[in-house]
Amino acid sequence: MAFVLSEEQEREFREILSRYPNKMAACIPVLHLCQAANANWVSDDIVAFVAERLELSAAHVKGVVTFYSLFNRHPPGKHQIWVCRTLSCALKGSDAILEHCQRKLGVGVGHTTADGRFTLRTAECLASCGTAPMMQVDKTYYEQLTPEKVDRILGGLSKD
Amino acid sequence: MLKRTDYLTKNYGKPDGFGLTAYEAAGGYRAVRRVLSMPREAVVDEAKKAHVRGRGGAGFDCGTKWSFMPKPNGKPHYLVINADEGEPGTFKDRTIMEQNPHAVVEGCIIGCYGIGAHACYIYVRDELHLSKARLWGAIREAKAKGYLGANPFGTNYPVEIYVHTGAGAYICGEETALLNSLEGRRGEPRLKPPFPAQSGAFGCPTTVNNVETVAIMPTAFTLGCDAFSQLSELHSWNDGGVRLFGVSGHVKRPGIYECAVGLTLRELIYDLGGGIEGDRPILGVIPGGSSCPVHLPDEIINVRNNPKFEPYNGKSILDLPLGVDTFRMAGSMLGTCCAIVLSDAADPVIAMQNLMRFYKHESCGQCTPCREGCGWLERLFDKVVEGTATMDEVDQVSDIASNITGNTICAFGDGAAQPALSFIRKYRKNFEDYIQNKGRSQTGKLTL
Repeated sequence: MAFVLSEEQEREFREILSRYPNKMAACIPVLHLCQAANANWVSDDIVAFVAERLELSAAHVKGVVTFYSLFNRHPPGKHQIWVCRTLSCALKGSDAILEHCQRKLGVGVGHTTADGRFTLRTAECLASCGTAPMMQVDKTYYEQLTPEKVDRILGGLSKD
Repeated sequence: MLKRTDYLTKNYGKPDGFGLTAYEAAGGYRAVRRVLSMPREAVVDEAKKAHVRGRGGAGFDCGTKWSFMPKPNGKPHYLVINADEGEPGTFKDRTIMEQNPHAVVEGCIIGCYGIGAHACYIYVRDELHLSKARLWGAIREAKAKGYLGANPFGTNYPVEIYVHTGAGAYICGEETALLNSLEGRRGEPRLKPPFPAQSGAFGCPTTVNNVETVAIMPTAFTLGCDAFSQLSELHSWNDGGVRLFGVSGHVKRPGIYECAVGLTLRELIYDLGGGIEGDRPILGVIPGGSSCPVHLPDEIINVRNNPKFEPYNGKSILDLPLGVDTFRMAGSMLGTCCAIVLSDAADPVIAMQNLMRFYKHESCGQCTPCREGCGWLERLFDKVVEGTATMDEVDQVSDIASNITGNTICAFGDGAAQPALSFIRKYRKNFEDYIQNKGRSQTGKLTL
């Protein structure tokens, strides 16, 4: 089934286009819009849709989608977790936080829990070095983590 | 010299400190009114007197950069703000966007006027959702007050500001990669020339400034740019004003501290950062983001043939004022001015492995020396840690790194080679121990 935007999302689409002197520049923001409207992943239908609406080749859009790490090519879990593991976080124990997440969720890095609730990933520097170790869950930063704090955060998300 | 200031950070941490009311109560949006009544050339000339060296890492003088913009020739001009903060160890821009977004907005209006632009794009990395929300909020508030739009402050100089998002790529912090990404392309750096001032965003003259660079401009114009520059201990080095200093890693009080330029690493680590956790000795300090060389605490400065350097010769690098040129001449790099501190509990080999994984992951893959070289170095350091590398392979590090340096389109390659070269030179013994002991080392970890 071809991908479509809701009326509300179409309004947002037009608002995004109005910010730029040409349609191509809207490519990344529009891909974000479509990904959010499609359970957080970019299907081939979305690639075709964006290419057509922005008058780009599908190859261009696919090139963009595969270049950037935040466009998912497969459906992720309901909640996406990124544990930062670059030097400043590593100095403050991000390895232990990552191990704890793996144990707690029962999945390895890059995998989704069997119930489809969580996808666990690592991230390179998320600009939160002063409050390390940290992780991002969906759109929220959680900083100065301890294993107990991780338990509380994941516990809270399991309930919803 | 330690001289704390609070021009940018006054309202940090206060409830609603990020709003328009708090910003104006602290004297905000006064400088821009004065700027909009000045001729454009006068604005650029005054901006030069502030000696604001680019806060993104390259340290280029902001006013001079503005002066490179051509006279209007029918093509639109653009101001693009680099808010793709992601250099390991760097977390200062995020605090401005989250806690003082109106300083960014006011700085953008000043910048637009100075370079003859009517549109400004703030390129924020996608992960910084709160920063984006706060910036959009500030733009909406400013617009409602008539500070943005067709007639800002009643003048006939239209200015629009938009927040643009990336989608996860460190390389987009490189200005030409950022411009490609802004145009809706893959974020691969462009060959220079043409420089952005000739042909930048959408083929038009463009200035790319770091968030902190524009955010400090309202302060400079409020105080008078010359007076602002003189706040710095390095005023005579054309490195003026105040800036944000960050410290992370094994210090007791990691964080962002606003001080006059001229602070030393020792003051940053001990006076502001509270010293090393567990009062341990320092293993090494990376002064301004991971692409800078690492320094040992007992490195002595010895720069000859420059009378300005005489007062610092014979001192430890920890006592050299943090300035763009002071650090460059000492064979280092100031970068983003956000230091990463390693105590002696950390294993430098593991630290190197961690950083090289980052560079391998983030190389855009456009230039062969960087794409392949970062991969080779990553695998080589993995082998060292596993205990399967030979001494010959350790010797290859400088070969591989030297073949990346200078052979790529952008500075990412140099940024990846620099830490490899300095770690292998300064911690050679630790690398050799790994080889001799087949992967066993004294600590084998990074944490305390």
